[in-house]
Amino acid sequence: MPDLVRLIGKRLLFGLLTLFAVSVLVFIGTELLPGDLAEVILGQTATPEAVAAIRAKLNLGDPAVLRYWRWFSGVLVGDFGNSLASGRPITTVLLPRLQATLFLAATAAVIAVPLAIALGLLSALWRDRTFDKTTSAATLAAISMPEFFIGYLLVYVFAVQLGWFPAISRISPSANFGQKLWAIALPALTLTLVTTGHMMRMTRAAVVQVLSAPYIEMAELKGTPRRAIIFRHALPNAIGPIANVVVLNLAFLVVGVILVEVVFVYPGMGQLMVDAVSKRDIPLIQACAIVFAITYVGLNMLADIVSILANPRLRHPR
Amino acid sequence: MSAFSGYDRVLRQGGLDRRGFGKLTAMLGAGAAIGGMLPGTARAQGEPKRGGTVAIGATGGATTDTLNPLLATASIHQLTSFMWGNCLVEYGTDGSAVPELAESWEPSPDAKTWRFNLRKGVTFHDGKELDAEDVIWTLNQSRGEDSQSGAAGIMTQVKDLRADGKHVVVVELEEGNADLPYLMTDYHLVIMQKDSDPASGIGTGGYRITEFDPGVRIFGERNENYFKTGRANLDSVEIVGIADPAARTAALQTGQIQIMERVDPKTVDLLGKMPGVVIHRAAGGGHYSMVMRCDTAPFDNNDFRLGLKYAANREDILDKILRGLGRVGNDQPIPVTDPFFAADLPQRTYDPDKAKFHMKKAGYGGEKIPFSTSDAPFAGAVDAAVLYQQHAAAAGINIDVIREPADGYWNDVWMKKPFCFTFWGGRPTADMMMSIAYHSKAAWNESYWFRPEFDKLLVQARAELDRPKRAQMYAELQRMIHDDGGELIPMFNDFVDASTAEVQNFELTPQLGLCGMRAPERVWLDA
Repeated sequence: MPDLVRLIGKRLLFGLLTLFAVSVLVFIGTELLPGDLAEVILGQTATPEAVAAIRAKLNLGDPAVLRYWRWFSGVLVGDFGNSLASGRPITTVLLPRLQATLFLAATAAVIAVPLAIALGLLSALWRDRTFDKTTSAATLAAISMPEFFIGYLLVYVFAVQLGWFPAISRISPSANFGQKLWAIALPALTLTLVTTGHMMRMTRAAVVQVLSAPYIEMAELKGTPRRAIIFRHALPNAIGPIANVVVLNLAFLVVGVILVEVVFVYPGMGQLMVDAVSKRDIPLIQACAIVFAITYVGLNMLADIVSILANPRLRHPR
Repeated sequence: MSAFSGYDRVLRQGGLDRRGFGKLTAMLGAGAAIGGMLPGTARAQGEPKRGGTVAIGATGGATTDTLNPLLATASIHQLTSFMWGNCLVEYGTDGSAVPELAESWEPSPDAKTWRFNLRKGVTFHDGKELDAEDVIWTLNQSRGEDSQSGAAGIMTQVKDLRADGKHVVVVELEEGNADLPYLMTDYHLVIMQKDSDPASGIGTGGYRITEFDPGVRIFGERNENYFKTGRANLDSVEIVGIADPAARTAALQTGQIQIMERVDPKTVDLLGKMPGVVIHRAAGGGHYSMVMRCDTAPFDNNDFRLGLKYAANREDILDKILRGLGRVGNDQPIPVTDPFFAADLPQRTYDPDKAKFHMKKAGYGGEKIPFSTSDAPFAGAVDAAVLYQQHAAAAGINIDVIREPADGYWNDVWMKKPFCFTFWGGRPTADMMMSIAYHSKAAWNESYWFRPEFDKLLVQARAELDRPKRAQMYAELQRMIHDDGGELIPMFNDFVDASTAEVQNFELTPQLGLCGMRAPERVWLDA
């Protein structure tokens, strides 16, 4: 057991190191923007006085290491500074958007993950039969289409023609949970369609691979029911790869949904970051990048830990 | 500082916005216009009806927005400012200067000193009565070197502001300017309370802002003490930022919004056929121009320029690039909606023979003429250039379309290459448009067209209070650009909005969409 703790501790440490490296990269990235940062922010309206004022405000005269440290130490305590464009603290800008994004991602995940795993298992079980082939074709078709196109199709069918769900996800602050769910039905469905295929196919592949292992043959020869074979013998051994692909898709749901946000006018993180980039709002860009990095690194760490826990060989390394 | 140098600054402040067709409205510069002459702009639809709520899907919202009118650029900011505030002057649907917070004004004979008489008894949302000090404080926010206001450029021509009693504001200008009331319609100059926070959203307007979620939604409720009668008829107005044209269309179709800004030209015909949807088209001052540098051979020869001008099939470009949603240009920058538009100036048409004649006279022998373009000036500029190449080929002119990188177009191509595409948002007055791009000393005289007689007449026209005389002067200025200038202007754009059929009194206003960005106070619902 101490081995296990050490293994997980090591993962956590690597995760933190990765985040640290990302923070350096994010900082360098914004440093590398062509031209003087102050001039980039001001664009063509730059007058020498205005440039000087911005330089002073951002302490651009200080060495980069010092500025990095100042920024990083703020980030450590959750202080990302103020937005350049609106002057508001970044946390107050960021938090509602992050909440919105997580709400949408969670809703989509709650539908997509069980659906994908169930479809994957059933396809593995009924390999090469009609069910398997139909599911395969349908999910492949869904992931082959760009997500904004799926979004438009859903809007056309469910909003314009049938009128079941709203075309844009406008959530008034007084909306209750049910109204919120109704408002995000179409974007959540879009994301479900976009992610299910990937997860389902990986689940199927992982289970199929395990099913061809000798011990499954043994179990079959012993007369173990098919259900038990799948759930007791095959699934636990397939959890590692499944967890990996699920996590990859969860991360996508958080950081990769900008197009869906645009189509459904949903005020999430992607929209925020695009706004920040177009307004050259450097601190806000940095904050968004860090939040996205934390999501990715954190979720991947989670996948690693799940695979370790699910795999006796990794659990007891020699 | 002369009035003139101020115009440069206006332009430079528009600088970033020049970069994308998508920010068209932002590029309309000072934001108001002299309009008029457009048949059927004002459509009386009976008595205003009270009540109801309207949601407007508008563009240009960003998370970084504030309520500060001085920083406004995009349509969503302008709409919001006109919900909670008013200017001294409103520009009417017929292009006249309509009294708003100023009930009247009179200029001195040299148009240098103006007295604005304020309306009495107007109150801010917090109950304070409007007086001259509020107006002076507001206007001063746009003055001075470090002012961040989008109107700072036009305000540089103001020498002094003073109150004469509680209800008179005296504006003294550096040089005479007969257009001052029009400049006061600028959406950056929404009147605020003295010493208030410019981002407070408290003004004299028809709606109080009750919710402000930057870039997402703005919610306003009717101001029961509004000073205008028959305006601001809705109980509440919601503005929703919707950047994607397809999403705006779907929201309108499904009744989530009642008014949408900027219909996609590709789908306007289909949308117009839908029951319960009405399309609203307002003529714009934004124009597309193919600029020739008059200081560079062979473009320094007017026959060469005329040859190229006759070689453009404007209708074809308008039909294919803007899907007909605009007007044909006549190689001068003043739109048909401007009261000083020179209607007598003959329309230049596609004439390969004339083009051949002028090109021959200029000694052209079929060499390649490089023409720089990119989708940076506007989406479709490359296609428009290829169309022009085909038109010109019929006149034996060999146009070599060069696709430049969109990134850096305004720095490396525009005003550098001898022949390139450009786009201009309309300007509120003929004077301003000509001063920023045609005066010899204009920083953005993109055609390098220097004519002292033009400069002289332009300055004279600016201070001329006699209207017929002034109109004559502007007609002459337009003729000069049309005959001799370095701009081939194939077309002007329209602003195309849509609403559901129950939205009444959607008063089209030249140069800006959404009833001159005042839809919230102008429309009402017919239940």
